[in-house]
Amino acid sequence: MRGIVSAAGYVPYRRLQRSAVAQVFGSGGGKGSRAVASHDEDTTTMGVEAARLALRSAPAVAPDGLWFATATPAYLDKTNATAIHAALRLPAEVPAFDFGGALRSGAGALVCALRADGSGATLVVVADIRDGLPTSADESAGGDGGAALVVGDNGPGHPVIAEYLGGASVTDEFLDRWRTVGDRRSKTWEERFGETRYVPLGEQAWAAGLKAAGVVAEDIDKVAVTGMHSRAAKALARKLGVEADRLVDDLSTTVGQTGAAHAGLLLTSMLERAEPDQLLAVVALADGADVIVFRTTPAVADWSPSEPIADQVAAGADLPYGKFLTWRGMVTPEPPRRPEPQRVSSSAAWRNEDWKYGFVGSKDRTSESVHLPPSRISMKGGAVDDMEPIGRADAIATIATYTVDRMAYSPSPPTVFAVLDFDGGGRFPVELTDVDPDRVAIGDRVAMTFRKLFTADGIHDYFWKAKPLRTGTSD
Amino acid sequence: MGSHGIKDQVAIVGMGCTRFAEHWDKSLDDLIVEAAGDTFASAGIGKDDVDAYWFGTAQSGMSGITLARPLQLEGKPVTRVENYCATGSEALRAAAYAVASGAYDVAMAVGAEKVKDSGYQGLNSFPIPNDGTARTLTAAAMFSMVAPAYGKKYGVGEDELSEVLARISWKNHQNGARNPRAQFRKEVSTETICASPRVAGRLGVFDCAGVADGAAAAIVVRAEDAHRYTDHPVFIKALSFAAGSGSGLIDPDYDYTWFPECTLAAEDAYRQAGITDPRRQLAMAEVHDCFTPTELVLMEDLGFCERGTAWKEVLAGTFDRTGELPVNPDGGLKSFGHPVGASGLRMHFEAWLQLRGEATPERQIETDRKLALIHNLGGYPGEMVSFVSVVGTEPG
Repeated sequence: MRGIVSAAGYVPYRRLQRSAVAQVFGSGGGKGSRAVASHDEDTTTMGVEAARLALRSAPAVAPDGLWFATATPAYLDKTNATAIHAALRLPAEVPAFDFGGALRSGAGALVCALRADGSGATLVVVADIRDGLPTSADESAGGDGGAALVVGDNGPGHPVIAEYLGGASVTDEFLDRWRTVGDRRSKTWEERFGETRYVPLGEQAWAAGLKAAGVVAEDIDKVAVTGMHSRAAKALARKLGVEADRLVDDLSTTVGQTGAAHAGLLLTSMLERAEPDQLLAVVALADGADVIVFRTTPAVADWSPSEPIADQVAAGADLPYGKFLTWRGMVTPEPPRRPEPQRVSSSAAWRNEDWKYGFVGSKDRTSESVHLPPSRISMKGGAVDDMEPIGRADAIATIATYTVDRMAYSPSPPTVFAVLDFDGGGRFPVELTDVDPDRVAIGDRVAMTFRKLFTADGIHDYFWKAKPLRTGTSD
Repeated sequence: MGSHGIKDQVAIVGMGCTRFAEHWDKSLDDLIVEAAGDTFASAGIGKDDVDAYWFGTAQSGMSGITLARPLQLEGKPVTRVENYCATGSEALRAAAYAVASGAYDVAMAVGAEKVKDSGYQGLNSFPIPNDGTARTLTAAAMFSMVAPAYGKKYGVGEDELSEVLARISWKNHQNGARNPRAQFRKEVSTETICASPRVAGRLGVFDCAGVADGAAAAIVVRAEDAHRYTDHPVFIKALSFAAGSGSGLIDPDYDYTWFPECTLAAEDAYRQAGITDPRRQLAMAEVHDCFTPTELVLMEDLGFCERGTAWKEVLAGTFDRTGELPVNPDGGLKSFGHPVGASGLRMHFEAWLQLRGEATPERQIETDRKLALIHNLGGYPGEMVSFVSVVGTEPG
């Protein structure tokens, strides 16, 4: 039996209330909110966060491959999945591949993994950041987020929670939405044209997918229909032969359309609410249509998502529109009058891969003192080269003291900085993120999160920060 | 094995110090030439009479050539040293040891920094290629974590602690206002200090050292030769230095209420100098008040008062210019300014003036006591180097 073994979504902490757009420009925006990646997040870091959560809910699984799909890659040429691979501390023998560029690549990676019988457990990671010019429909309707799905076979300690029954893909070459390399905004053809293409393509894939899965539309318990062409997705949903109450919330009023990540995000959302023996389907519209059908297994009842999407959605906090535009590079406010950081040394970063990407320190076997970063000689007792690695990325920590630095260089001042004491040992002074400087207190509990500190000479500096524990389940 | 010191083996026989200021119109070379020239004149000798030079600069130049070129030193041993903000003291330490060893008869320490050409406020360090995981906090932010930790440990309320820190800043401005070489020569009210814009944590602009360009220098000789150069030499009683391992940053036992490196350096210095009661034996102390909480904590680290009591002593005026133990009578880093490589020598310059009765009358302290302490640190809480010296006008 092949299917989904575990899954998780990642919704960044910040929200833009769409009404804020019209308050500034007099037009644009709309109802509800969209999720906004922090200034220190990109598709790679959001992918890491989603993947960490998915693996946390299935600790027995060891991925045999890692596939990363996004339409907004942090790097071209260089594989982005390798940073996720490093942050997850996967063995070198586990391949990491990017699915490049297109919105369809998210659903495509999932389809490929499900169809790849005999390939073991594949960790499919999807993430996207959706931009649009101020007041545009894309700016408001888009959303940032990620998801990670462990696709694999039944195994000891990691049962399949949703069996893949089958699916279908239909492909067509036509221009509805496009973006040339280097452009910040997407362009679209007249909306009606896309609708007339997508609806029949969706119907064709739906019929073929149900047939391949050996089920009929009336038996489907929940279906998610998604696509950047929201009008086509809505029109198609009415033609699936499924009662309206079986259509799942597409998160458009809370998170927004997360592009290449959205099919994975909605499937995860369905799984998090599913009961055993339910038929679930995903229909994704992008340059054709992809349909995937699952039946949940009894194991879904025992599967405990570490941070359900609904909790993450509820935990969000609003971001002023000006900050949003700043973070997206749409406006450039006065920077702090400090020198900008220098680029990261490639060789130094490589030597320290476990530390930088995995947040792995060392623990002195004699004194048990924890060194962050790792040290060859112990600070207590002076033992030499007698340490073992100790991963601290998943350890919860308490704020021992903190400060707010209004002078340090930051892409979004001020810098909030705290000295952390980790449960199970280790102290480290580190930047806080997703935090209101006025609400930090000594004794607060925080969790580590993988972020991008800055970019210099086109090199992204990935490292860890701490964020307040909000959803509570990781404690 | 042991730290024996060089008590009374070496004497300072000449010193000079530029005004510390935003010297837009002066280059590093100008500052060096001025400070060195004053120092040669003070000792009554010329550059060729000096056998070896040590030059301290944190980031204004590399190698001994940075000193040899402006002074046109021909073939002399000239060494550049750097040890964070304790760089100036490090140059003096090296020069003193060189003379004490018998290797040279006359040695000179010069410290200089041209900070204000960077185009940025504050101090900025050379970028060293790294893996991108190092802290990027300002020094102000690192030291700002001391105040709340101290307040919590000793039960000092936030408002009361603000008053204490403002009192330190107020005192140093009072002193600097009476010093023609100081960067800021203006008295500032505690109300103004408390209302200044926040820089980091609860620290405002007036909690931070001035950032200035400047240079200072000293000439040292063997103690028995000192009177050949001056009637009033200042003898080196102790030189100590402690570099922490940096483990304070990652050691859960460190609580940000003291600087262990400073305590170690002070204890060693007192041992070398034979000091048992610094508060009553010292005429004055110059300490590294890079930020007001630093000076507060140093009063305890240097043994001027019991742990947890410095805040009361500050409010009582113990460390005022006319108090029981004047601290930073020249205005300190706060008001004199902080050209990194020059500061350690500037601190010794104030001791040189005060012990010889040569400070401007409006800030001259009582000199019944014959010893002065200089404390100069570099780095941050948890990751620090600390220098302490004791100098005095009487041998033995």
